[in-house]
Amino acid sequence: MRHIISILIENESGALSRVAGLFSARGYNIESLTVAPTEDPSLSRMTLVTRGSDEIVEQITKQLNKLVDVVKLIDLTEGPHIEREMMLIKLRAAGDAREELKRLVDIFRGHIIDVTIGTYTVELTGTGEKLDAFIQAVGSTAILETVRSGVSGIARGEKSLHL
Amino acid sequence: MELTGAEILVRCLKDEGVEYVFGYPGGAVLYIYDALYQQDDVKHILVRHEQGATHAADGYARSTGKPGVVLVTSGPGATNAITGIATAYMDSIPMVIVTGQVHTWAIGSDAFQEVDSVGITRPCVKHNFLVKDIKDLATTIKKAFYLATTGRPGPVVVDVPKDVTMHRAEYSYPEEVSIRSYHPVVKGHPGQIKKAVDLMLSAKRPMIYTGGGVIWSGASSSLTEMTRMLGYPITNTLMGLGAYPATDKQSLGMLGMHGTYEANMAMHHCDVLIAIGARFDDRVVGKVEYFCPEAEIVHVDIDPSSISKSVKVDVPIVGDVDHVVKEMIRLLKEDKRTPDQAALAQWWDQINEWRAVNCLKYDRNSSLIKPQFVLETLYNVTQGDAFVTSDVGQHQMWAAQFYKFDKPNRWINSGGLGTMGFGLPAAMGVQLAHPDATVACVTGEASIQMCIQELSTCRQYGLPIKVINLNNRYMGMVRQWQEFFYEGRYAMSYMEALPDFVKLAESYGHIGMKIEKPSDVEPALREAMKLKDRLVFMDFITDQTENVYPMIAQGKGHHEMHLSPERELA
Ligand SMILES: Cc1cc2nc3c(=O)[nH]c(=O)nc-3n(C[C@H](O)[C@H](O)[C@H](O)COP(=O)(O)OP(=O)(O)OC[C@H]3O[C@@H](n4cnc5c(N)ncnc54)[C@H](O)[C@@H]3O)c2cc1C
Ligand SMILES: Cc1ncc(C[n+]2csc(CCOP(=O)(O)OP(=O)(O)O)c2C)c(N)n1
Ligand SMILES: [Mg+2]
Repeated sequence: MRHIISILIENESGALSRVAGLFSARGYNIESLTVAPTEDPSLSRMTLVTRGSDEIVEQITKQLNKLVDVVKLIDLTEGPHIEREMMLIKLRAAGDAREELKRLVDIFRGHIIDVTIGTYTVELTGTGEKLDAFIQAVGSTAILETVRSGVSGIARGEKSLHL
Repeated sequence: MELTGAEILVRCLKDEGVEYVFGYPGGAVLYIYDALYQQDDVKHILVRHEQGATHAADGYARSTGKPGVVLVTSGPGATNAITGIATAYMDSIPMVIVTGQVHTWAIGSDAFQEVDSVGITRPCVKHNFLVKDIKDLATTIKKAFYLATTGRPGPVVVDVPKDVTMHRAEYSYPEEVSIRSYHPVVKGHPGQIKKAVDLMLSAKRPMIYTGGGVIWSGASSSLTEMTRMLGYPITNTLMGLGAYPATDKQSLGMLGMHGTYEANMAMHHCDVLIAIGARFDDRVVGKVEYFCPEAEIVHVDIDPSSISKSVKVDVPIVGDVDHVVKEMIRLLKEDKRTPDQAALAQWWDQINEWRAVNCLKYDRNSSLIKPQFVLETLYNVTQGDAFVTSDVGQHQMWAAQFYKFDKPNRWINSGGLGTMGFGLPAAMGVQLAHPDATVACVTGEASIQMCIQELSTCRQYGLPIKVINLNNRYMGMVRQWQEFFYEGRYAMSYMEALPDFVKLAESYGHIGMKIEKPSDVEPALREAMKLKDRLVFMDFITDQTENVYPMIAQGKGHHEMHLSPERELA
C-alpha cells in the first residue's frame, strides 16, 4: 500500500542523506521525497511517499524514528489528510492549440505563468492523480517539459505535527 | 583559560572517565597526540593496525560494560577502522571513535588523506558528527558518549578536522546533554508487562530465550531470579552466553544454527516464548515459517525496530530488560497464581529426553586432538573463570558450546558481522581492563592471521593473553559448508603455506607451544596458565575433518537439526 510519511527532522547537513541512505541500505522504495525548512529554521519538514506491506511500512517508520536526527514523524495515511503536489509544465502552444490548451488549464484550475509565441508554461497544484490527468489530457506531443515537486501532505483537522 | 581543540578533546576524555584510548597516529591527529603526550590521565595504547584499535576498544567495552574509545587519523586511518566499527554496530557495542579530518577549509577538495568519514561510516554507526567549530567540540564529545551508551548501545564517530584541534577556546564539559530527538525508553508499559505475566503463567510448555540485551542491561541477576522463580527452561543466543549460568540445570545452552538439540527442540515445541533482549537473528530463527509454530510470543527489547522485525510477536514490550524483568518479578510475587506444576513437570520430562541425546558428544578416543577436547580442557583448567575471546569459524562455535559461562561479559565474540581477526585485539582490550584475569583467545589458523600484527602490541604492553589456536589447516567453517552443500569441493579453503606459529610467537617476543597429541593438551594448558605474565601462543594441531554439530542448515526449522553422524545413526 502507498503511505505518506511526514517527518520533522533536524535542519542539518547530512540529515537528508541519513534518510536517503536508510532507504537504499534497507531496500525500501521512495516514490517521492520533499524537504524544506519550517517556520522554525532549526527544523525541516519532509514528506516521503513509499509503498510496502504493513510489516515493511512498520519497519520503515521504526527505522526512521531510530535516526537520531528525526525529531518526530507520522504516517499521514493512517488518518484523514490532504496531499498536494505542484507541477510546472511547459507546453507547445501555437496557433489553434492555444485556445484549447487555455481552456484545459482553466478546467484544471491551473495558471499560465509564462507565455511565448510558441509555448505556455503552466503551474498546476493538486493530488498526484489530478496532475496525471492533466498530463493525459494535454497529450504527450504537446509536452516540452514537466517538473513535479513531489507530494507534500498535512493531516486534516486539529491534528498537527509539531514539537 | 583557553585550551587548544586537541587539549579540549583530551580533557573531555578524562572528564568522561576514559582509561584507555586505542589508536594510531597520523598527520590529521598530531595535535591530539601532542596533547595526549603531555598528560598521564588518559592512557594511549598503540596498536599495529587501526582495525586492531577498534576491536581492542570493543573487547574493553564488552568486558566492562563501559564505552571503548578509539583515535585514528584521517583517510586510511579511518577506512582501516571501518571493519571494527561495523563489528561493534552489528553487536550493539558502545564505542566512541574519533577520526582525524583534513582542515575544514580543505574538506571536499580531495585533499591529502581526505575521505568522507561521516559518509563512509554512516551505515555502520548509531550516529556520527563532523565538528566544524571548536565551540561545538566538548558538547559533541559529550553527546557522542551519551548516544553510544544509552538506549540500544552502538558506535558513534566524531570526525575532527585538524584546524579544530589547533584553534583555541574556553573549555567546559557539560554535565549532561539532552538531544530533543532522542529519548530512549527505559520503563516498559505496565499494561503490556501485566499481559506478559498473564501469558507466562498460563504456559504449559514455556521457554525463555535471551540475548545480548540482558548483558548490556546488566540484568543477569534479575533474569536469573525470575527464571528460578518460574522454574522454566532458558536458552541464550551466542551473544547472550553467561547472562544465565550455563551450569545451572534450567539452562539448555545455546540455541540456533549450532545450538543444542534440547534448546532447539524446546523452541520448536513451546507454547509460550519469552524473548528478552534478543533480536530474532536469522541464525537463531532459521526458516520463519517453522519458527516456534505453536507459541505465543512475548518480546522485551529497548529498540522498537527489533520487535516484530522478522517474527511477529504477540506481546511487545519496549523497555530496558532490567526494569521490565524486575517489574515482572514484582507482579509474579503479588500474583496468587503459580505456574502449572503438573504441565511443567511433563515439559521437563520431555526436555530431559532431548537432553539425553547428548548432542555435543564427540569421540574421546581419537588419536588426533579433537577441538572440542581442547575447549573442554580449557574450561576445566581455568575452572570456568576465564574471559574468552574468539575469532570466527568452527572454533568459535565449539568455544560457545564447550566453555560453560556462568557470568556475563566473559564471552567476547563477533556474532552479527562475524569478523575474522576480532579475537586477538579484542583480548588486548579485555586484558587491559582486567589485568589480573586469565584471558584466552580462541582462534583458528586462518582468523589469527588477519590481525596477527597485534602480537607486537601485546609485547609492548606486556599483555599475558593465552592464544588457543585450533589449527585444522582449513578455514574449517568454510570447509564444513563445502562438504555439506558443495559436494566436498574444497575451493580455496585449505590453508597452505602456514607460518611456524611457535617461531612467529617467539619472534614477537612471546612463548610458543605446538601441541600434537591429545595426552599433551592438558599438561600444556596447565603449563601455559602458570606463565602468568607471558603471552603464550598455543598451536593445537587438531583433527581436520571435525564438523560442528548440531547444525540447522539455512532455510530449515529448529526440528530439522543435523546431529553428528554417530548420533544420527543411534
Ligand atoms: C559462524 C557463526 C555462527 C553463528 N551461529 C549462531 C547460533 O547458532 N546461535 C546464535 O544464537 N547465534 C549464532 N550466531 C550469531 C548471530 O549471527 C547473531 O549475532 C546473534 O544470534 C544475535 O544475538 P542476540 O539476538 O542476542 O542479539 P544482539 O546482537 O546481542 O542484540 C541485542 C538485542 O537486545 C536489545 N537490547 C540491547 N540493550 C538492551 C537493553 N538494555 N534492554 C533491552 N534490550 C536491549 C537490542 O536492541 C537488540 O535487539 C552465529 C554467528 C557466527 C559468526
Ligand atoms: C573477514 C572475514 N572474511 C571471511 C569470512 C568468512 N569465513 C567465516 S569462517 C571462515 C574460516 C575461518 O577459519 P579458521 O579461522 O581457521 O577457523 P576454523 O573454522 O577452521 O575453526 C571464513 C573464511 C569471515 N567471517 N570474515
Ligand atoms: Mg582453521
